[in-house]
Order: sequence, then C-alpha cells, then structure tokens
Amino acid sequence: MITFIIRRLLATVVLLIVVSMITFAIFFLLPRWGGQTTYGLAVQYVGRNPTPSAVHQIEQQLGFNKPLVVQYWDYLKAIPFGEHYSSGPNSLYCPPPCLGYSFKNQQPVWPLMTSDIPVTLSICIGAAILWLAFGIATGVLSAIRKGSIFDRLSMTIALAGVSLPIFFTGLISLALFSYKWAIFPNVSYVAFTSNPLLWAKNLVLPWITTAFLYAALYARLTRSGMLETMSEDYIRTARAKGLPERTVIVKHALRAALTPIITIFGLDLGLLLGGAILTEVTFSLHGLGLFTVEAIQNQDFPEIEGVVLLASFFIVIANMIVDIFYAVVDPRVRL
Amino acid sequence: MAADGTGDPGLTNGAVETGAPDRVARERRVRWPGGRGRPAPAEPGSVTVTPRTDSMLEVRDLRVHFPTDDGLVKAVDGISFSLDRGRTLGIVGESGSGKSVTSLAIMGMHHGTNAKLGGQIFLDGEELVSADAARVRALRGSKMAMIFQDPLSSLHPFYTVGHQIAEAYLVHNEVSRKAAKAHAVDLLGRVGIPNPTTRVDDYPHQFSGGMRQRAMIAMALSCDPELLIADEPTTALDVTVQAQILDLMASLQEEFGSAVIIITHDLGVVAEIADDILVMYAGRAAEYGTGEDIFDRPAHPYAWGLLTSMPRLDRARAERLVPIPGTPPSLINVPSGCPFHPRCRYAASLNGRCETEVPELRAVALGHQAACHLPLDEQRRIWTELVTTQLARIAGTQTASTGEDE
Repeated sequence: MITFIIRRLLATVVLLIVVSMITFAIFFLLPRWGGQTTYGLAVQYVGRNPTPSAVHQIEQQLGFNKPLVVQYWDYLKAIPFGEHYSSGPNSLYCPPPCLGYSFKNQQPVWPLMTSDIPVTLSICIGAAILWLAFGIATGVLSAIRKGSIFDRLSMTIALAGVSLPIFFTGLISLALFSYKWAIFPNVSYVAFTSNPLLWAKNLVLPWITTAFLYAALYARLTRSGMLETMSEDYIRTARAKGLPERTVIVKHALRAALTPIITIFGLDLGLLLGGAILTEVTFSLHGLGLFTVEAIQNQDFPEIEGVVLLASFFIVIANMIVDIFYAVVDPRVRL
Repeated sequence: MAADGTGDPGLTNGAVETGAPDRVARERRVRWPGGRGRPAPAEPGSVTVTPRTDSMLEVRDLRVHFPTDDGLVKAVDGISFSLDRGRTLGIVGESGSGKSVTSLAIMGMHHGTNAKLGGQIFLDGEELVSADAARVRALRGSKMAMIFQDPLSSLHPFYTVGHQIAEAYLVHNEVSRKAAKAHAVDLLGRVGIPNPTTRVDDYPHQFSGGMRQRAMIAMALSCDPELLIADEPTTALDVTVQAQILDLMASLQEEFGSAVIIITHDLGVVAEIADDILVMYAGRAAEYGTGEDIFDRPAHPYAWGLLTSMPRLDRARAERLVPIPGTPPSLINVPSGCPFHPRCRYAASLNGRCETEVPELRAVALGHQAACHLPLDEQRRIWTELVTTQLARIAGTQTASTGEDE
C-alpha cells in the first residue's frame, strides 16, 4: 500500500513536469506561429511610443530571444527559487513560488492568483458536498424504486438539470432570489474568516446552481450504477444471508456502485477547481475562472500560463487522490 | 444392466478421484465404504415421496409466474416434493426448466420482484409463501441457506472472506464481532481451507475457485441451517475440484444432519449424492423418485433422453451421445398437452393424446412418479428393450475405445 502511494506520487511529479513543458512550449510557439516576433513581444512591455533601442533592451532583459529550452529552464527554476526581473532602472523581485511576472499588472502572477483561489475553492467545496449528497441519494432511491413516480420525476428533473447551462439557471435564480424577492441580495464573495455566515449566505445561489448541474449528472450515474450492481450475484448472496434490505443496498450495492462515481468526482472537482468559469462569471465572483477569462482577454501570457499550470496541478492531484482512494476501497486494485 | 445405469455417473467421479488430493479420497472412503461413489441404496419402497407433514421441507403445487411484456412466463408451474432431514434431493433439468426459480422461491427471494407465487412451501411446518417478508428474511441464512453457482461473482469483491462469513453469522446471532470472526475461522477450517486464521482476512480474488466455493459453503453453514440449497455448486469449478466440493457437502451434511437440495444439470452430480431425484421440464415435474428409480428404472422419455445424452469424460467421440432433439420450450408458450411432446419420439404412438392432454404425475411404482401418457407396460418395454440397449451400446463402445482415448 505504501509503495503504491509512493509510486503514484512519483508518477504525479513526472506528470506535472510534462504538463508544464507542454504548456510552456505552447505559449512559446503560439505567438511565433501567429507571425509574432520577439521584437513584437517586447513592444508590448515597453509602453507608448517605444524607441527601437528600448524594445531591444526589454527583449534582452526578459530573455525573449533565448532558445526555448533555456527559457523553459529559467521558468522552471523560478518556481522554487524565485526570480529577479530587471525592468528599466528598477529590479523586480518575484518570490517563490514564482509562476512568472505579469508585466501588464506589474505584479508577480502567483499572488494575483492566490487571492482568487479561496473564492473558487469555496464555490467548489460547497457545491461538491451538495451535488454528492443529493445526486447519490436521488440516484439510489430512483434505482431501488425503479419505475415509480419518484424515479420518473427525479429523472426528468435530472435530465433538465443536465441540459440547462449554469448561466441560464444562475441568471434565473439571481433574477428571482436576489433581485425580485431579495432573499440573497448583493451576491459577492466575503472571506470565510471574516464572516462565515455571510460567506455561506452569499454562496448559497452559486452552490445550488453549480450543484444542480452536477447532481443531475450524478443522480443518473448513481441510478444506472445501482441498477447494475443490484443484479450482481453477490447482492443475491447478501439477500440469501438474510441481511436486512437496507444493509444489502447500502453496504453491498452502494459500496460497489460508488467506486466509478468517485473516479468521475475526482476529475470533475479537479476540473472545477481550476476555475468554475461559468459560475464565477454569472455571479461576478472573482475566482480563478474569472482570472483566466481576464488573462485571456488581456493576452497576458504569464498569467494564462500560471493558471493553466495551477489548473492542471489540481486535476493531477485530484486524480492521484482518486487513485489512492480507489486502492483503499477496492482491494483488487492494490498490487 | 440396470446396475450399470446407476454406476455409470459414479464412475465418472471415480475416475476423477484418483486425481484429487488424498485427503478427499480418504474422506470419501470413510463416508461411503461402498466406494461406488454413492450411498448404499435404500430399500425400494421404504422411501415415501408422497407429502408428509413432518418433513423438513414440503413444497405443494408451487407456482412462480413472471408477468412480462411478452406474456406470462410460467417459470414454475405446479411442483410438489418433500424432503426429510439428513436426506438429499437432486433437482435435474435443462437450463430454463425452473430449477433455480424453485430454489429462490423456497428462500423467499422473489419478494420485491414482480413474481407471482402460488402454492405452499412448508419449512419445518411453517408456511413460507404467505409469510411476511421480514419473517422469511429471519429464516433465510439461519434455518435455510443457499450456495450459488459461481463463487467468484457470488462473493462481494470489496470485503474479506472472513467478514462476509461473519456477517452472515452476526445478522442472526447476538454475538460480538470478535466472536463472529472466530466462528468464521472455525468454519473455514471445517470446510478445509488451510491456515484459516490468516486466510480469513483474504479477499475473494485471493482465493482459488475451489477455495471460494468452500468459503461459500462455510458462509451458508454459518448458522447451522437445517435446509441447505446448492444451486449448481460445482458448475463453475474444474472437475477435480468438483469431486472435492461434493465430498465436502456430503460429509458436512452428515455432520450437520441438514436436508440438502442440489440443483444441477449434471446427472453425474446427482448420482453421486442425491437420495431422491426430481426431474423438471418446462417448469413442471417430469419424473420424481429415488436415485435408483431414476437411474435404474426411469419411466419418462425425457429422463431416458437425459441418460443417453449424458456426456462422459471417458467417451471417445461425441456421436456416441444420443441427444434429445429440439430445444427446451419457451415458458411463455408452453406446448399444449405434454410440454415434452414436440421432442418426444414416442408421442406419435398415442394418437394425439400427448398434444392435447397435460399428463399428471402418476405412480409407476411405490414412491416413483412420472408425468407421461405412455401405458406402464409400454413404458417398461421401451426402457428394457430399447433404451437399455442404447446405454449398453454406449458402454460397449467405451470399453472398446478406451485404448484410443486421450
């Protein structure tokens, strides 16, 4: 078990390095494919009415004319050790973990992102708890009462939930609960540490909107998974032992049906942590999603690179946790 | 000649026995000194197959019907039998003849499905068909237990074998988890798992096929059931292990004194351990009698067909089988009259009676019943003159061809 975890951790580190290489290479090559020159890149950082000599100086200082490998190495080195960027007369220090320096915002990328992480995290964790609880409960009840009114009704709602995009349900809920009835007025992010109650109250709508989509998906997944496991031979064995039906369903059927759902959950959560873009944009919550959107709009490559790396980090880590969890749950996975 | 009919299936297992571990062979010798692979025959006529009220299990006119979109599936349509403590009933038939549905009905496992049950099932005098689900659940696993066909898929992959056995014990007994686990270790030892104290914490996938079936048996025996139903317990196992498992079941039956139902399509298995045999066809009883009746004096053309089509390990070529023509009937559109008539080579001789009139089980001898319209003397004539010759020819070619067998 320990060796399994160590092996998995090592693989994760390797995977992260590969991801960083690919991201870096893409952002190195993309502007060049688009016809951009290193001079052109440097122009963006010089200011209005640049003199060619000033542009060349920036080109040198930021290392745009260095080969890809050297630039990647500088980038990678900056993550654990930090980096000094000289911009004209003053030297700029980017402390570790340095994911690059946003010259457009005149700030290192990492601190810009860290202020947005709690927002995304708050949305994701709350929504995840909601969608797991409701999705799985609905799925199980639908499966054991297959064909009942509850089953048909919840599966119809689930179909609607899967089909309706967040910006639709989000805007409707905002219009009704925030503006019309003012149950949750002025939805904005309040730090958990400063006012937990207001934090939760303001996040109720984003949570429900996000969770609705996923809960619908998970209800359908759980239902089909349960229906499949309920017809397994070991469920018949459990019944033949004389176990109460509740034990048969929860301990024997749900336990087995849950494992594939956990895999998907890990991926979904990892993906969402990289930025719940739709939710954040709809509710104007400044999390990683909105950060990404703005970075793309500003063509701020260091920021985009940083957020892509962070998002892939979340996915890879979530994946690793799922794998380890899987090994704990399913003894056949342990090798 | 008749003795050959009885001995044949035993012979299959006898041949296997040499390959099985010595321990099992020793057990077998202790249990059945006759060495023929089946218990000493009971005196003909001493066995009463007519329902008796003091039986461990008595099934009267059991019907299990499933309404489906295509029509009513009459999986079991009027089955009656009884079983005493310490005795073994073999239920034989092709796939879809209603064997498993019958056993699941006894276990009360059709509760919560759309199955429509009729008739009566008395377990130690207690009626089960009309009993409420909670009562049947309390009996399930404690007073009656079941062993299933495929031990790998029948064990939960995420729980240890010990946990699954202890679980069966805990649900019916007020004991600590520790005591239940100790009980599981004890049971695993009794069913012949080596190092039970360490193997108890293994998962099913760490067990071999035979060990898994032993674990299933341990699980079924955890509450000392008085009725044990084994649904094709050896089908998923290789032949050497099959013999071991059958031996284990027989010795445990002696130890626990329980009544056993063994469901199988393998005549070798029933010949090995069954006292009584019920031959099922299309959800109905075709023939019911003692093991000797079915193997030495079978009265139903379907039973003849089963005997002459029995595949054998030592048979050289498949064409020496005399298969039953046709396929088992649909249980939605069961053929009119005798359900076997489209496949029966003697049906034509009765001027259409087989196509119109459903044959009832009738006594052909004391304690031996068959559902066939053939007149008794005609039945006996066909058996002694035609079928036994066929069997003899098969036996003869075998002896002649043993040299060229692999």
